Amino acid sequence: MTTPSLLLENVSRVHGTGETAVHALDGVTLEVMPGELVAVMGPSGSGKSTLLNLAGGLDRATSGRVVIEGDDLTAMDAKGIARLRRRRVGFVFQDYNLIPSLTAAENVALPLELDGERVGQARRHARQALELMGLRELSDRFPDQMSGGQQQRVAIARALVGTRRLVLADEPTGALDSHTGEDVLRVLRERCDAGVAGLLVTHEARHAAWADRVVFLRDGVVVDTTGRASSAEDLLDATGANR
Amino acid sequence: MSVKQGLMALLAEGPMYGAQLRAEFEQRTGGTWPLNVGQVYTTLARLERDGLVEATGEADAEGRISYRLTPAGASEVTTWWRTPVDRDSTPRNELTIKLALAVTVPGVDVQAVAQTQRTSTLRHLHDLTRLKQQVMARQRDAEQAGEGSRPGDGEVNNDLAWLLVLENLIFTAEAEVRWLDHVETRLHRESLRPFPRRASAGAADAAGAGRTAYPPERDTETEATGARR
Repeated sequence: MTTPSLLLENVSRVHGTGETAVHALDGVTLEVMPGELVAVMGPSGSGKSTLLNLAGGLDRATSGRVVIEGDDLTAMDAKGIARLRRRRVGFVFQDYNLIPSLTAAENVALPLELDGERVGQARRHARQALELMGLRELSDRFPDQMSGGQQQRVAIARALVGTRRLVLADEPTGALDSHTGEDVLRVLRERCDAGVAGLLVTHEARHAAWADRVVFLRDGVVVDTTGRASSAEDLLDATGANR
Repeated sequence: MSVKQGLMALLAEGPMYGAQLRAEFEQRTGGTWPLNVGQVYTTLARLERDGLVEATGEADAEGRISYRLTPAGASEVTTWWRTPVDRDSTPRNELTIKLALAVTVPGVDVQAVAQTQRTSTLRHLHDLTRLKQQVMARQRDAEQAGEGSRPGDGEVNNDLAWLLVLENLIFTAEAEVRWLDHVETRLHRESLRPFPRRASAGAADAAGAGRTAYPPERDTETEATGARR
């Protein structure tokens, strides 16, 4: 049986105690398999970002288990989690978070270098990652020499450089126009089709529709989830062509 | 959708016979609005009667008659391109009616109605997006193979037409999801009001005096958020 890239098992996150306790996340169970892109939707304050932070080991669950590729984060110390994050998990944010004084290739190589990889090898891996995103010719450009869409694709390359196979994306298209946002989703989708696992937080249904499944959160609880992908017959039905 | 206008727009490109018109119409709209050939011939007959199209000659060996636009027909097509679509012809929206009734008829879990619909619309949106991905991948392959047609080169770009239809369906579905999100939030807020609003007088009379959309004896907080846990 394939190990899930990400597994959240009955995960809760409570801020405060007693009567003032706030349940940011309440008993959430979620699985993302390799090759799967799962979108998380929900109104503001529904727990989307908390879920993403817990999934990436940036925050600790109050109860429940968070497991990445078989390794239980809840049983690890801070050092172990940091190491796992450097090697296995990539983050993509709305505002790209690229370092302005580094080129695209240097930005992408950075997590590998921080993890102790030799500079030359890290840069080679970075160029490979950029090539996969169709950005080879932009390797030596600085962030301010690139468009928003290109910067976000560099950020996805950085999230997936080296051995990383899980990408956590928080509103990655939030700052982009409709077409550019779509280009970013297309490359994310392509990486998932090639075996990467992705968790995508978005409030736009049109963007969530690029995922295999959509999970809805409200008040920290999963209230609904759409099923797995449809058959070819269903696809034609979707346009009314079979009616 | 006006079949009449659609067929006339196709005939502006040149004479065609009925089956050809039907095939062209369906191909360019991705089969989203299928026509039956009877519908095409009835429309052609009506257009001929009104002096907007005419037969180019006698039937060919296979008994097919080709039609072309008359000058009056060509002028009508030009007017059609220039005139915005008439919103009065928008069909009644079953979903809007369903939700409007759901909030006025007692005992209906409106949140559940909205949620069920949103899940279904999102699945639909997902399927449409996959179709769009397929069309875009085909376009990219064609471009890479050097077969891509340049816009404006006169060649009919069926993939582009299909893409536009798909994107219309995608944006329509997205708008529905956004509206349903809004409905859910509105219902949630209403459920938190200390004195739930009564149904309108007319609806209340029909449903029985004194009953409200959110019966006060119900724990509305739990109703809004906990029912689907």
